Amino acid sequence: MTAPLSNSAILALQGVAIDFGAQPVLRQISVEIPRAQTVVIVGESGCGKTVLLKLLIGLLHPTAGTVRFDNADLAQLSDRQLTQQRLRFGFLFQGAALFDSLTVFDNVAFGMRAQRKHSETEIRDLVRGQLHEVGLPASVQDRKPAELSGGMKKRVGLARALALQPEVMLYDEPTTGLDPIMTDVINELILRTRQKSPVTSVVVTHEMKTVRKVAERVIMLHPLARLRPGESQILFDGSLDEMDDCADARVRQFVLGQAGDRLQELASA
Amino acid sequence: MANAPSGPIEGVGATVYRSVAGLGDFFLFAARTFVWLFTRRPAPHTLLPSLYLVGVRSVPVIALTGTFIGMVMAVQTYHQFKKIGVESRLGAMIDITIVRELGPVLAATMLAGRIGSAMAAELGTMKVTEQVDALACLGAPPLHYLVVPRVLACTLLIPLLTILADFMGIVGGAVMCTHVFGVEAHSYWSFAQEYVRTWDVMMGLIKAVFFGVAIGLISCYCGLNSRAGAEGVGQAATEAFVASFVAILVLDLFLSLILLRFFAQSARSFL
Repeated sequence: MTAPLSNSAILALQGVAIDFGAQPVLRQISVEIPRAQTVVIVGESGCGKTVLLKLLIGLLHPTAGTVRFDNADLAQLSDRQLTQQRLRFGFLFQGAALFDSLTVFDNVAFGMRAQRKHSETEIRDLVRGQLHEVGLPASVQDRKPAELSGGMKKRVGLARALALQPEVMLYDEPTTGLDPIMTDVINELILRTRQKSPVTSVVVTHEMKTVRKVAERVIMLHPLARLRPGESQILFDGSLDEMDDCADARVRQFVLGQAGDRLQELASA
Repeated sequence: MANAPSGPIEGVGATVYRSVAGLGDFFLFAARTFVWLFTRRPAPHTLLPSLYLVGVRSVPVIALTGTFIGMVMAVQTYHQFKKIGVESRLGAMIDITIVRELGPVLAATMLAGRIGSAMAAELGTMKVTEQVDALACLGAPPLHYLVVPRVLACTLLIPLLTILADFMGIVGGAVMCTHVFGVEAHSYWSFAQEYVRTWDVMMGLIKAVFFGVAIGLISCYCGLNSRAGAEGVGQAATEAFVASFVAILVLDLFLSLILLRFFAQSARSFL
């Protein structure tokens, strides 16, 4: 039996755990995300940030606990119901995950065609508009993903995700591998998306610059293998200011980007 | 947390556990694929490329191997049959073996090698680049969008490919016997016509349908469960072929036993 979500929460993880074979990745994660909030999830590589993101959209199912979206337990939905619910999300993947056999146009139009709500003429106009929104000229629409730069791929991925006008946007490392200018462009696009409509955003990132620019709330996860006995895997959950003042040395170390005793730990492992 | 197996018995136990869990996972995958198959038709733009890949692109290799299998059978059996003076009956032996066994098994093996491993590699690449997840997020369930068209294409087209393998094998055997070894053509074809019945051909085609379903499901399952990286995708392609080939041989044995019992009358007439 699970407790109902508070009125404002659109997403909730309750006592979630997930293992991959014998490898536990997340344990006892409980988080509620209110509507229209921008939550940034940070943490060291391998702590389960992307796994958490995929749990929220039902791409992975928890070994224990529940994931609820708009009060529906995702594990209880049929394949078809889950497909319908996923259309209320937008997901920007780490490597953009563009369909390499399709053109940019077909990539952006893909979700709209699957929805079957628009005519082809409407889709053409919407795709152009969406590409314009992310700062891409109409001339790229006939190109294949292999012909695009990393930043362009990310922006096409963002256009594809936003084309469905999602209620929840999930960003998986949106700025990883991009130059500083393109990083700022993507951060601005995340902000602009939030300003245009009250979209709930969950951003997974390593970049403190992105955290400082877009976060309303920050959650820091820690790898299970390095937790102290009885400690929660969520090391920090609060505002950016609270994070800067956090007493936990591991949080401060992450904020400042300092190796600290990690070098010795890695050498002795 | 589960501990790593420490001794040989634990090792065997862990292997058995993994195999049973893997088999269960595969059958669950197959069941979910059938649910999608029977509840929502695949869109033409997803089915047609699969039909083209499975049908058109397999034709040359199946025609070529079918011809050579027929010819090799003739070479291997002619001298034995000649020793006991029944070389005129070679047509019956070659043709019945081809339509019942070699045609369907050969077409299925070629399909598994040529198309099955390519499908596994394609889906594996899509999986590791998160394109499969992206499909799921964009309202196109991967089972419906990727798996159903491929399984359907393998199932629908393998009977036609089997007919092609049968035909080319029969032609290859006949050319070898009548033109190279000098078997009299009229008696060659008369015996072939006398012994090869419609149900022998049907038996091969029924087997082929099962092989097609198995190849489609196994190849897609291996692709969608590919491990990360180029090595993982390569392994998925290899596993798809090996598992499909084993499935073809196991299915062939059991289907032969069942169908021969079913068509006992036909079997007795030949034996």
